[in-house]
Amino acid sequence: MSEEVLFQLKGVSKNFVKGKETISIFESLNMEIDCGDFVAIMGPSGSGKTTLLNMLGGVDQPSGGEVWFDSERIDSLSEGALTQWRARNIGFIFQFYNLMPMLNAQRNVELPLLLTNLSKSQRRHNVETALALVGLSDRAKHMPSEMSGGQQQRVAIARAIVSDPKLILCDEPTGDLDRATADEILEMLQLLNRDHGKTIVMVTHDPAAAKYANRTLHLDKGQFVQREIVA
Amino acid sequence: MGSLIAQVVSVTLMNLGSLRRRLWMSLAMVFASAVVVAILLAFLAMAKGFEATMSGAGSSQIAILMREGSSTELNSVILQDQVNLIAESAGVTRDANGPLVSPELYVIVDGIKKSTGTEANIPLRGLNKIGMAMRSNMHLVEGRMFTPGTNEMIVGEGVLREFDGFDIGKEVRFGKNLWTVVGAFSTGGNIFESELWADVKIIQSHYNRGSSYQSIRLQLENNGDLKPIEETVQREPRLNLEVQTEQEYFASQGKQLQYIATFGWIISAVMALGALAGALNTMYTSVADRAREIATLRALGFSNFSAFCGTIIEAMVLAATGGLLGSLAAYLFFDGLNTSTLGGSFTQVVFSFEMSPDLFVQGAVLALVIGFISGFFPAWRAARMPVVVAFRHAT
Ligand SMILES: Nc1ncnc2c1ncn2[C@@H]1O[C@H](COP(=O)(O)OP(=O)(O)OP(=O)(O)O)[C@@H](O)[C@H]1O
Ligand SMILES: [Mg+2]
Repeated sequence: MSEEVLFQLKGVSKNFVKGKETISIFESLNMEIDCGDFVAIMGPSGSGKTTLLNMLGGVDQPSGGEVWFDSERIDSLSEGALTQWRARNIGFIFQFYNLMPMLNAQRNVELPLLLTNLSKSQRRHNVETALALVGLSDRAKHMPSEMSGGQQQRVAIARAIVSDPKLILCDEPTGDLDRATADEILEMLQLLNRDHGKTIVMVTHDPAAAKYANRTLHLDKGQFVQREIVA
Repeated sequence: MGSLIAQVVSVTLMNLGSLRRRLWMSLAMVFASAVVVAILLAFLAMAKGFEATMSGAGSSQIAILMREGSSTELNSVILQDQVNLIAESAGVTRDANGPLVSPELYVIVDGIKKSTGTEANIPLRGLNKIGMAMRSNMHLVEGRMFTPGTNEMIVGEGVLREFDGFDIGKEVRFGKNLWTVVGAFSTGGNIFESELWADVKIIQSHYNRGSSYQSIRLQLENNGDLKPIEETVQREPRLNLEVQTEQEYFASQGKQLQYIATFGWIISAVMALGALAGALNTMYTSVADRAREIATLRALGFSNFSAFCGTIIEAMVLAATGGLLGSLAAYLFFDGLNTSTLGGSFTQVVFSFEMSPDLFVQGAVLALVIGFISGFFPAWRAARMPVVVAFRHAT
């Protein structure tokens, strides 16, 4: 694994203002993620796992502190710049797949490539490669509604990797799947990490899922806490 | 930035692809826009047709003289010696038989409209051979000319179309007098087709007009040149007459119905407000319906501009589709539709609705404005949608 630091949080705080109340989620969070790491984030519901992931993915901004990515500070980027940064660097995998219901698998996977300057034939080639990687070449023309949850999530994985981003962020990627299907998906993520060098940050409730990661961070009451991994 | 266009195109296509989920709301928006545009076009076509009928009637070669202060023929009176004075004036065309001057009478009679079965006014014009000859585009389409000195008349095609009982050979009673229809004439679709024509002398005697008339038509020596006639009128104190070209006269009468177009715009503007309220609702629902998709695309790196454009284009496509259907409906129902309305002198002017390309442009503009406004605010909301919506657990 490379020693290069990909992500760094320095004294990050986050609060939500709700009417007159201010809810503090994090006070001063520090964290480093190395290139090529596979990190699982666990913690009780409401502990801020999704909020943290959103800040890493540049879809939510911290209230204070600094977020560094690849020696670029991203918490101060404008919304437009952040959008382009996401397109270049981040692949998202959602709990509920978030495929476009009106597009077939192939077109769903192609979406991130529409943000690049690739030609149509290059796009087609990359889409085929990504679909082959998740074992869905034969489903290219299928609509999301014609696929099982596990297949849809594999399409979502293909979409997350098709533009070759450095970092893949997953929020409960197996939260809606049965054990066997979940293991399939997790093995796929592990493969992407091990053989394709993708850095992965995965939020999960499931200790069995966390075992696929290289390390697990436990988030509780706005802090990372040390905790034995339960077998 | 080619990718920006690619983004807008693909987001728009996705939005349109998801229309099925909002089918009825979207159809309601299409329908509302169609109704508004159809109504606007109906009014505009009516005004257009009326104006065309009125202005088509007038020639600049012909001058029309009426008593000073009377804006229409109906309330004008002209005496025989005034006619004689005018006939001697300079500026009047003369041929072998003398000056081309036509003193005319104009009285109102009743007819029964085919469409409603109700009574309406029809002008009965008395004229002589010269007057007939002066209307150069007049020709008989059926039957024959009336014989001077008899109770015979010929009817304009418009009257034939809109009123009952004027078929050739029919006898028609106006007051005490029985008339016979002997022919039908066309004047190329203009206002004279809404009239009945008979011998001026007979009308004078039946309507107790002695030797008076209501207007004088004369052929100008030089096209549009009223000067010599005006000089005669000024020089001679007995001639308290107003002189204008026939074209000016009819144009001013036609303008009176311009308010139809204005009225049409007002009605459709009010209706457009109603359509707009519905369309705004449709589009806000569309944005809410697509919230997850919008947020997901934003997470993938699609710009908020593409979310904005996708939404506003969806709105404009729906409104424009409605506009197109509305135009088509208006064209099918109204183009060439014959109708009649009160003309300048409380008589029926028979005319056709006239759809023309510029009216369709106005309809399209209205539809696109509805689409743009109803799409703008929802599109703004779509663009400002927080990306974290993509991670929410609600489906
Ligand atoms: N937009 C928001 N406005 C106000 N409070 C918010 C907002 N988003 C999150 N929160 C609050 O922040 C806290 C952390 O939320 P978050 O979704 O990050 O938790 P989580 O660890 O992902 O929980 P779960 O395991 O249930 O997904 C919660 O108390 C939540 O109510
Ligand atoms: Mg969460």
